[in-house]
Amino acid sequence: MRPRHRRLGWNAIGLALFAVMIFPVFWMLSTALKNNAQINSFNPVWFPGHPTLNHFRDAIDRPAFWTDVKNSVIVVVATVVVALALSFLAALALAKYRFTGRKLFIVLVIGIQMLPQAGLIIPLYVVLAKHNEVNRLSGLILVYLTFALPFCVWTLRGFLIGIPKDLEEAAMVDGSTRFGAFVRILLPLVAPGLVATSVFAFITSWNEFIFANTLLHDDQHRTITVWLSLLYGGNRFVDWGAIMAASTLIAIPVVIFFLLVQRRIAFGLTAGAVKA
Amino acid sequence: MPYALVLPVVAVLGAILGYPIYNLVRLSLQKYQLFELLQHHGTYVGLHNFSSVLHDHVFWHTLLRTVVFTAVNVGVTIVGGTLIALLLVRVSTWLRLLLTIGLVLVWAMPQVVAVQVWSWMTNSQNGILNYILTELHLGNYFQHNWYETTLSQYTMVTTLIVWGALPFVAITVYAALSQVPHELVEAAEIDGARAWRVFKDVTLPVLMPLLLILTSLSIIWDFGAFTQPYLLIGPGQQVQSNYLMSTYLYVEGYGKTDFGRGAAISLLMLAIVAALSFFYVRQMLRVGEEE
Repeated sequence: MRPRHRRLGWNAIGLALFAVMIFPVFWMLSTALKNNAQINSFNPVWFPGHPTLNHFRDAIDRPAFWTDVKNSVIVVVATVVVALALSFLAALALAKYRFTGRKLFIVLVIGIQMLPQAGLIIPLYVVLAKHNEVNRLSGLILVYLTFALPFCVWTLRGFLIGIPKDLEEAAMVDGSTRFGAFVRILLPLVAPGLVATSVFAFITSWNEFIFANTLLHDDQHRTITVWLSLLYGGNRFVDWGAIMAASTLIAIPVVIFFLLVQRRIAFGLTAGAVKA
Repeated sequence: MPYALVLPVVAVLGAILGYPIYNLVRLSLQKYQLFELLQHHGTYVGLHNFSSVLHDHVFWHTLLRTVVFTAVNVGVTIVGGTLIALLLVRVSTWLRLLLTIGLVLVWAMPQVVAVQVWSWMTNSQNGILNYILTELHLGNYFQHNWYETTLSQYTMVTTLIVWGALPFVAITVYAALSQVPHELVEAAEIDGARAWRVFKDVTLPVLMPLLLILTSLSIIWDFGAFTQPYLLIGPGQQVQSNYLMSTYLYVEGYGKTDFGRGAAISLLMLAIVAALSFFYVRQMLRVGEEE
């Protein structure tokens, strides 16, 4: 009997924990769907009785919403495409060859990911200003490559070493060229890894705030994350309904993508410490 | 062949990161303000920026505040995350699934979105936090302003950061718990060992390598935290008395367009983080070499 009671106790704690952890997400959705009277009431309305989509309509009608979504998409897609193409080659070198300087390269790839972004604002700003790239999406794409490249190299390396060498060699015995072997055997095997890596790079760039906030200066050039951070007004009346609706809209693509790849990527950061 | 494959990444990183860092070193030795920015040309001042920063008590206070802030955040995150992982092992299967979904959802929240939700929940007018605390009879929090004192501001920032960081720790530690040998735990329990002893002598040694990596990652991340303190406390409310290293260098260097001085602070900060990263990088290098 005792273990049963104990399980009940753990379950109670678990449920309480779930409630606390999920509450902010719930409150965001709930607020986004309520009307203003319910939002501003001093006695909180927990569930929206008659859900309304007005705040969502309001949010996307705000100035520059669509422009800034478009900016984010451009920056993110360009960053991911360039980063993936270049880093795939480097990851291949790390996974399949031993060479002098390999160690140094690994140290660089991991070390760069650890640099605090705030520490790089000033040099990047000054260099971009010198080359007239401040307040331009192209400048931001270059900056995003600084973290996207090392991340993609390291993650793709993890996926590539998982592929048995025999497969590649078998293909070459069959008379394929190295390139042919690569395209026919390696590429299909590594495709899920490529997808997972690019999705994760997509999320990181979409969420990025510091650089976008520093390097882009007007509504026409901002990314959607910065747009959201400015959705405050600073008036006495803050339109929380619209802010929560916009927050929901911006979080949704990220959450969906994240759910798809979380299992594949999460363990790259702690590789070696867990044999998952 | 491998060099040809590595070359593009090295070349691009050299141009977009190596060159700016070279510039950072040069900037730190120059007077470089708005005038110089427009001229694209600084005036050499030797180590003046460094001595000015190192003789400024604001720098030392900020450094100390950042160290305390990091220690608290990392401590709560690692201990809390481990406790959640241990709880996940003990609850029923359906609840474990529910909790995992909840944790992953929280993990997926973009930082800026989380900040907005937090501002809404903690605002003094009709934030839900004040309502709940008052209803629970924990005191009168009617229209309580959480952003009045530095300590209170950072209580909010810490809650936000820890909330966002717990899922990663909890889920990775939970995965590692499956490595703990069952027989050993059972044997210890039959021998009458208390739960704490079992954890300390059997479970903890297995978790240790992972916990060390998670701790050093968390230290690096929290030491450089910017988005949450900057946005939650408010871009206009970043002052001497509540600076963290990242907001300090942002306001002093970029905000006041004193790039030379900002560069000196950046270099000092990067040096500290590089030292903090040493353990993590060494550990990861070992992983990279093994395979």
